[in-house]
Amino acid sequence: MVAVDKVNFEDEVLKTDGLVLVDFWSQKCEPCLALTPAIHALSEKYADKAKFCTLDAGTNKRLSISQKVMGLPTVAFYRGGEKVAELNQSFTAEDVEVKLKELA
Amino acid sequence: MGQVYDTVIIGAGPGGLAAGLYAGRAKMSAVIVAKSLPGGQAATTAELENYPGFPKGTTGPALTQAMADHTASFGTGIVQEEVVDVDLGADPKVVKVYGGKEYLARTVILAPGASPKSLHLQGEREFLGKGVSYCATCDGDFFEDLDVAVIGNGDTAVEEAMYLTRFAENVTIIVRRKEGDLRCNKSSAERAFANPKIHWMWDSAPQEIQGDGLVERLIVRNTQTGDLSELKVDGVFFFVGTEPQTGFLQGKVELDQDGYIIANDMMETSVPGVYAVGDARQKFLRQVITAAADGAIAAVAAEKYIAGRE
Repeated sequence: MVAVDKVNFEDEVLKTDGLVLVDFWSQKCEPCLALTPAIHALSEKYADKAKFCTLDAGTNKRLSISQKVMGLPTVAFYRGGEKVAELNQSFTAEDVEVKLKELA
Repeated sequence: MGQVYDTVIIGAGPGGLAAGLYAGRAKMSAVIVAKSLPGGQAATTAELENYPGFPKGTTGPALTQAMADHTASFGTGIVQEEVVDVDLGADPKVVKVYGGKEYLARTVILAPGASPKSLHLQGEREFLGKGVSYCATCDGDFFEDLDVAVIGNGDTAVEEAMYLTRFAENVTIIVRRKEGDLRCNKSSAERAFANPKIHWMWDSAPQEIQGDGLVERLIVRNTQTGDLSELKVDGVFFFVGTEPQTGFLQGKVELDQDGYIIANDMMETSVPGVYAVGDARQKFLRQVITAAADGAIAAVAAEKYIAGRE
């Protein structure tokens, strides 16, 4: 997974062709930490379908808010510089996989 | 047939962890299966002031991490997998997780916990993660120098509102009751009344959340006059109670009308060899300490049940 922040978000996410998944998390968000291993597993399983990025919202607050993310965990899907789907707060790794299959 | 555990514990909150600790110490073969990291709801609680042994208070993540380490030290494994189905009548009992794997068990201890309740207000679902939140430790950071509303007036609502004042400029608590009347404990109430960042709207109920992509305002209804007013906020935090995570247990074990598992003083459910502990159980007081006590009782009861069958 690619760690993205305010410096490389545009290049790594918005200017990337194809489907990009961004996992918004923070160190203080226990449900986020719980989800991390499952997202990593998905990034290996679907490596050829999407690019997987991880964004620490705790240290990139403004960037997160500019992406209209004000709650964690959030997993957002981008394509062609646009957000095409988003999962918020009470979702499972299974929901992420379903969404991936739908968009890929 | 694979390994048959003496007990499989579903859930890794304080109830499940205490059960795992007692089971491990009794040399039972035990595994805790949980969809989240250890800690349950307590892990998302910022401050814990009333767990015995911590006169200076502790935090939810610190206490539950210590509990998990303590449990693991007695040999009980903790695996992060989501339980999707159970066969509690079978011998051995079967606990099925997402992906198809099955755990076999002589006894099962149910500790699935509860999750925050939604009020199903207009806009509540739409703005989830856009200013609507149920977890102050997760999302408090976003609201630095911004204004938020807190819905609820129990212990959790008032204590989490105080935590939010570390970040937010103004925290307005919306209370259905008349002025000064709070459901929370008296020491938290006193401290909240003295906090200059906390404001109150009495005789009030939230009506609708509005905004454009992100939360911009909360419409509040005065319960006495019916008048509507607009509160400019960037976030709305809901702490209006919890509901049990027992959907997967429908028809498997006796539940009450609200979905809580019915168990007796020995934590025995309607199914022999199946126990229930913690917030998902029908009980008088849902706290870390009562969940831990339930866990201890269930593990000892399970041990006796196994001994009785041999």
